[in-house]
This record gives sequence, structure tokens and C-alpha cells, in this order.
Amino acid sequence: MVFAEQREGRIHPVSYQLLGKGTEIADKLGVGVSSVLLGNQMEEKAEELIYYGADKVFLYDHPVLEEFDLLNYKHNLVKLIGEVKPEIFLLGATRLGRSLAPRVAAALGTGLTADCIGLDTDEDGNLIQIRPAFTGNILAQIKTVTRPQMSTVRYKVMQQKARASNRRGEIIKRDAELVPSLLTIKKQERLGEVNIAITEADVIVSGGRGLKKAADFGILAELAEILGGVVGSSRPLVDGGWIAREHQVGFSGNTVKPKLYVACGISGSPQHLAGMRGSDVIVAINTDPSAPIFRVADYGIVGDLYEIVPKLTNEIRRRHSE
Amino acid sequence: MKRIIVPIKQVPDMNKVKFDTDIGRINRSSAAAEINPFDLNALEAAVQIKDKLGGTVTTISMGPLQAESALRDALSRGASDAILLSDRAFAGADTLATSYTLAVAISKLGGFDLIICGEKTVDGDTGQVGPELAEHLGIPHVAYVSEIKEVGEKMVLVCEMEGDRYSIESGSPLLIMVTKDINVPRLPSLRNTLKARKAEIEIWTAADLTPNVDQSRFGIQGSPTRVYRFTIPTEEGRKGEILKGTADEAVRRITDVFEERRILQGIK
Repeated sequence: MVFAEQREGRIHPVSYQLLGKGTEIADKLGVGVSSVLLGNQMEEKAEELIYYGADKVFLYDHPVLEEFDLLNYKHNLVKLIGEVKPEIFLLGATRLGRSLAPRVAAALGTGLTADCIGLDTDEDGNLIQIRPAFTGNILAQIKTVTRPQMSTVRYKVMQQKARASNRRGEIIKRDAELVPSLLTIKKQERLGEVNIAITEADVIVSGGRGLKKAADFGILAELAEILGGVVGSSRPLVDGGWIAREHQVGFSGNTVKPKLYVACGISGSPQHLAGMRGSDVIVAINTDPSAPIFRVADYGIVGDLYEIVPKLTNEIRRRHSE
Repeated sequence: MKRIIVPIKQVPDMNKVKFDTDIGRINRSSAAAEINPFDLNALEAAVQIKDKLGGTVTTISMGPLQAESALRDALSRGASDAILLSDRAFAGADTLATSYTLAVAISKLGGFDLIICGEKTVDGDTGQVGPELAEHLGIPHVAYVSEIKEVGEKMVLVCEMEGDRYSIESGSPLLIMVTKDINVPRLPSLRNTLKARKAEIEIWTAADLTPNVDQSRFGIQGSPTRVYRFTIPTEEGRKGEILKGTADEAVRRITDVFEERRILQGIK
């Protein structure tokens, strides 16, 4: 069973990715994939879940469920799981998922594995949950002896299936059973898009201790701009107040997976590598040929970022204007 | 405010610690132990409330006897008292068993208004113990709190969820998990450090938590998740090409790669 996460009526893409992976596992086990959606007036979106692989969608439509009402979400999920008894229950490792999943797991008295980046099954049909441990330098494989086996799964690591609008499935409407909310939620404001921008960006140009002063982020910003990307940073510069925390890439900052990651003057601490090693193409620019960043890079330039980065910006600009 | 509880964990300094891949465990002797950095923000938030409204800040930790030093550190940073849950029966606990054990101990303490946790630990990195603890205690929780606007009978918190900021109101008791952005943790004061050195830290064993609890829910026995294998991620598939030649040549080559990989498509 896959938890379909919605905010303001939009299904979070991680839910479709989980349906993709869920179908793969279900096929191996010879079972079906169900999904559960809580929200307000979400019937059309429930159809979408079927197009992306759900065989059954349990739909809870109620105004109270429009926002993430923790205790009502938990209550209805626990009740449904107790009834349907899925072998596996997956949620996205979003902030909502990581807040909700442990509540549900504790209420059910079952095991939960956080922030998985891989899922598989063993010969007995048990779920193998793979997650980074020790700041991403080690991958731990975890099994759960209780049922359901619950995991939160990182966004953008699983592949969603192609949308098939001719796919048929069953929407099972359930009446939400309401409990006191105890929390009153008010949407306050939409934050600056930076945080989203860096985790969603196709291109990130990041700076590390090779930068001599805060203003020099401008050199990186120019390259980022021409590539349609955003600026990232390693932790020391954020801690030093050179750039806002939203830009931080790494274990304690943002985990990113862009098409291109350009690391400028970043040596590549394990904590930084943990946040960017999933990038499609990694380019590293560093004066020190023994810097660990070169070990994860596809292309490395041993050189001074102050020379290389402006040249690269100019070269791209020149070719583009041709 | 009568009482704020801050659960903390002692962790190795993750910037220095080494991993022993043969036994699948961190090598604890390779680095000094410290308070989980995320917990320092939780402690700071609690001490700030205490400074303003009075009451006590009780810090609680589960771990080996050496974890006492983390609790002393918490006292030197302004906590009022400290409890260590230490017993072989607690060892090998995953988040479910840890949160259960903490819940039993906290219930034994009596009343509280607020529990403040860090966002996650740097070693486990799950962020699960807070919400699981709240569930065991039957109280609501708010995660990713970046600002505490009001505390008391009525709590007003600011919570950040990927690009959106919410204002959340709650009564008490409540559990919150604060982000690193909420404050800058203070350093230990000299006066508190001297006091902490002499302070008595209560140690509770499994026997102290019984008879009203199910001992099979402690430690490894009460832990449904099992790590059964560790692997070291390889960088297979990376080209690892160091570009030779002058800076200009390297820059041209990289730009070629960008073109081949269609990264330059759609640029402005």
C-alpha cells in the first residue's frame, strides 16, 4: 500500500514514484498495489493514482483532511491498515511523510525504516530496505520482522511508470472517522522558493572553502545563471554566514539530484558527498588533485576556480551566441 | 511552565568517527562522543523558555553509562536536572523500542507541559523517535518547528514544510521537534559547568521502570527492524576523468560534454 501525499489538492510526485516501485515489488510477490488518499474533493486525483499503477485506491474525502491534520490522518490510516493488512506500507520521505509515518508505525507497533533509497525483496518475499547510514558512507540493508513493513522513501530515487489513462482500477470511498484534531493549522505564507529550487534544480553550481570571500559567490552565480541553475554551498560557508542555509548541500542540508553538479573549491567531505552523490553528472574544480571530490566526479579539473569558472561561463556564453 | 523535557542522545563526532565495515559498526574509540548537535537546538529552546517563564528543564537520555557525560554537558548548558536510562536490556533498540522506553520513563516522571526534541540524530538520521514518543504518550506533536511564538496553556508554533510556512496552535502537553534554524545554542557557562560537575545524575534501569510495563518491548527484543548487512557504496559508473591540458582546453572539453549531454539545451 502506498500513501498518496497531497498538499493543496496536488499529489506529490513521490507518490507516483512509490506506485512505480510498488508495482514492481507487487508483481514479484504476485499481489496487487493499493493506495490511500486523504484530502478534500480528491476523486479526480484518485483516478490519477490508478493511471500510475494503483489497483485499488482507498479515498477519504473530508474538509478536515484538506490540510495535514496529523491525528485524523493517523487515526484513519491505522484503522485502514488494521483492516486491509497490507504486507508493505510506503510513504514519501517528505517532511509530511517523516512526521506522519512514525506516528502510524508506533500506533501499529510495527517497524519503520527512514529515508530509504532502495527497496527489494528477498527469496522469502520479505522487504529489503536500503538506506544510507553513517552520513551516507555506508548503505545499511534492513528487514522488518513485524507487519506491515513500513518505509519512508526518498523523493526522486524511484521511477514512476508512464501514465496510462486507459488503466482500470477500483476507487473505494471511505467515510473519514474524525477524532479531535488538537492542532489548529493555518497556512501562513509561501516561503521563498530557494529551498525548493535547490532540490528541484537541474543544475547546481556549488562553492566550498576554495572561495576567498562571500562576494565571490557571484562568480558561481554567473555560471549558474547561464546554465539555468542555482547556487549551492558546502556547510562551512553556511556556518560562516556567507550564504543562507537554504543553499546548503550535504548531510545536514539538502540532498540534491540535479542533472549537473559543479563543485567549485569543494574538497568533498563525506557529509557533502552524502548530499550530492546522486547527481547525474558531477564536475569538480579544485586546486588539490588529491581532494576526495575527484573520486565521485565524472570530470575533474585540477585548477583554480577563480580562473576556471569565469572561463567556463564565457565559453558557454560564446558558444550559445554563435 | 512547570516542566519541559528534552530527550538527548550521545553520538560520536561524525566529522571524525571511522566506520568498521567488518563488524558493521562505528568504531567508537575513533572519535569523541558529544551531544547530538540537533539536540543542542532543542535544549537551547527549552532553556530560553525556562529563563523567561521559570519551571524546570529535565533532560533524559538512553545509552551506556558513558552517556552521563552528555547529560553533564546538557546541565552545563542550562538544563535543571538529568536522567540516564541505562541497562543492558535497553541495548540494541531501534526507534520503536527507544521511543517506548523513553515514554515509560517520562510517564514515571509525572506531568510535563512540553517535550522538545531535535530534528534527528546525526548518527541514526531517522527523525522517528520524536513522533513515536508522542504516539506512545498519546499527545500531539509538531515537527520541523522553526519558531516558538507562544508557550503555555496555548502554544503557537511556526512549522516549515517544503516551501510552505504554517502557524500551528496547540494546547499542552505537546511534543515538538525543532529545526537547526530555530536558535544558536549557547556555550556552557562557567557557573553551570561547575554545578554540572557536582550534580547527581539519576540512573534508571529496566527494573526501575517496571512493574507496569512490558519488558519485551525494550532493547533488541522490542525492535522490529534489523540491520542485517552493510555495503559500501561504490562510485561505479562515474567516469572519473581528470581533464589534462591548459585551463582553456579543459574548459572547452567540459563545454563539449555539456553539449553532448544536452545540458546546454534550454539555457537562456
